[in-house]
Amino acid sequence: MGGVRLERETQPDVKPFHAFLALVVGSILAVAQAHAVDLSIVSGDTGNGIKVLREILDRYEKESGNKVSIVVLPPSTTDQFGLYRLWLAAGNSDIDVYQTDVIWAPQLASQLVDLTEATKDVVGAHFPSIIQSQTVNGRLVALPIFTDAPALYYRKDLLDKYGAKVPATWKELAETARLVMDKERAAGNKDIWGFVFQGNAYEGLTCDALEWMMSSGGGRIVEPDGTISVNNPKAAAALDMVRGWIGTISPPGVLAYQEEESRGVWQTGNAVFMRNWPYAYALGNSDNSPIKGKFDVAPLPAGTSEGARPVATLGGWNLAVSKYSKHPDAAIGLVRFIASPQMQKYRTLKTSNLPTIQALYDDADIARQQPIVPRWKQIFLNAVPRPSATVRIKYNEASSQFWTAVHNTLSGEGSAADNLADLQARLSKLKGKGW
Amino acid sequence: MSVAPVRHSRLMAQRVRSAWLFLAPMLLVLAAVAGWPLIRTVYFSFTDASLADLDARQFVGFDNYLSVLRLPSGRVIYDGLLVDPVWWSAVWNTVRFAAISVTCETILGTIVALVLNASFPGRGIVRAAILIPWAIPTIVSAKMWQWMLNDQFGIINVVLVNLGLISHKIAWTASPDTAMAAVLIVDIWKTTPFMALLILAALQMLPGEIVEVARLDGANAWQIFWRVTLPLIRPAVMVAVIFRALDALRIFDLIYVLTPNNVNTKSMSVFTRENLFEFDKFAYGSAASTLFFLILALLTIAYIRIGRISLDGGR
Repeated sequence: MGGVRLERETQPDVKPFHAFLALVVGSILAVAQAHAVDLSIVSGDTGNGIKVLREILDRYEKESGNKVSIVVLPPSTTDQFGLYRLWLAAGNSDIDVYQTDVIWAPQLASQLVDLTEATKDVVGAHFPSIIQSQTVNGRLVALPIFTDAPALYYRKDLLDKYGAKVPATWKELAETARLVMDKERAAGNKDIWGFVFQGNAYEGLTCDALEWMMSSGGGRIVEPDGTISVNNPKAAAALDMVRGWIGTISPPGVLAYQEEESRGVWQTGNAVFMRNWPYAYALGNSDNSPIKGKFDVAPLPAGTSEGARPVATLGGWNLAVSKYSKHPDAAIGLVRFIASPQMQKYRTLKTSNLPTIQALYDDADIARQQPIVPRWKQIFLNAVPRPSATVRIKYNEASSQFWTAVHNTLSGEGSAADNLADLQARLSKLKGKGW
Repeated sequence: MSVAPVRHSRLMAQRVRSAWLFLAPMLLVLAAVAGWPLIRTVYFSFTDASLADLDARQFVGFDNYLSVLRLPSGRVIYDGLLVDPVWWSAVWNTVRFAAISVTCETILGTIVALVLNASFPGRGIVRAAILIPWAIPTIVSAKMWQWMLNDQFGIINVVLVNLGLISHKIAWTASPDTAMAAVLIVDIWKTTPFMALLILAALQMLPGEIVEVARLDGANAWQIFWRVTLPLIRPAVMVAVIFRALDALRIFDLIYVLTPNNVNTKSMSVFTRENLFEFDKFAYGSAASTLFFLILALLTIAYIRIGRISLDGGR
């Protein structure tokens, strides 16, 4: 850190930002090897995430002298995980840094580098709950770069036009969607739909369905104590409700939509409501977006039964260093750089991803350019994690069985009650003597 | 008299030796890239290996295939791949897919080949053009079709709606009724050129005199095709069908792109990959791989047997 003081002395009128950059560079130089190295980072980000990552990496390259290439993967988290697992099991040294989903830490921990020592000076700035989620058996296996909590996107202009309120319950959402959609279609906008979400059979459906069920008082699939609670009338009622949306307020094709397909329908102006992550906020307000300035976000609706409350599934992405990396020190430096407050701020301004640094929620630039961010602090703090910490290494299979049961129900193959009873039995079998 | 057999057998031995010598590199490579992985997979299927730590595996016998658990209450629980409904539905999906796609491709391929066999101006260009679907990498064509089949902005829905053939847009890859049809359409579009090419090659080997004689004898085009052309190109078609059937039975990329994780289109290879890498079930996935290999081998042997019998019967 001596280099920092030296730079400050030679540049007396340095701006605080530059001073921080110098600090970052200094700390990177302190851990990085003397000569420049080539690093690889793997990511399957959505929207403009990859583009922004490249911009961040360009800055890193300039400041560290190292070269970093991005290995781009498909945006489906389910697909990404399969590849990560394969590469790590093969001891692949081609990838140094993995961008990991918030739920993967317990499953991949044994093949990732422990970052506890290397990041102990910076973890304090992050939300403790996120750091906790990436800590497995006392080892911090990944450093968070952004967190996620979904929003209900709605078309302000259309709701105003028909005098509708922003819905607070799923029932109101369905009614409003129906109303606006019917009137818009009658007015000649024949491609418009009421509500789009992530209905494809993949991890995203697990997030969506967890929200429907839990916000209706139907439990969180597997409770923190390990009990399988998915087979209950409230959960079944929630799925029946969503089944009723398919083909009425939601296009039948929603059962094949992931994040980007739903955003495709939304951003071309063909949906009144959308459930999606905050990244769609910046993209919807980009210059060439047909719905720029015409939409706003609200917390997801709640159910109507007893015990109902709005629920948002906790998402978020982190950076982990592979145990098989040939340049672990440089890779840790890269992770620290991307997760630093400066770069998180840069990312948030460009992508409206929620930062994991607490202080950034009070940042004036962010509040002005991406007003969703300060508004989303409480929502993400109350967000519900998927049962990955409870189900641990069997999470992927449990999640796959869950989304299959949900997808079957939504596409009309079997009733919600039957499918959930089946699911309960399957999960019990998977659980065996314990998770 | 006694000299000739000795010389003959010495010559034979020499020939056999050089044959082995020439075959050796191929056999070595095959053993390394196909034999060894196959043996490893079979071996893993008898263990409880996990990708998180492969070295910690233990031998568990046939448990991944079938395990029987007798509860104190007298209830018997069967577990394992052989009683896994998801696996059997994947097997059924695959076999159904292979049967339908190969049948359609053979029929369409024959028609295309017959057309291309006729002489008309611009034949060379048409022949080259028809190969394009086959030349495009599967991932690219699958992605392309995914957009064309998109329910909201896909061109197929737009065309069908404008023609008045459908009243509302169809969610091709999402609906359980059309998911398999969508995969089949893309596969048939992609591989018909392959069949056409092989059948065209067979057609061009046919001596023209036979057809001419048949025509002089008063046979019409239909009779010529069924009685003369088809029996003569049959061996080539049978080989082409084997190639395609083996290819279709291990269908993966198309389904993986078009309808990932959809139970209605899950094939054996998709099931295997999912268990191997996504779930913590490396050993179970290996068992599925092994069974997959056996099913493939059995179907191929059965096909060759049946094909040969009918060929013999035809002579």
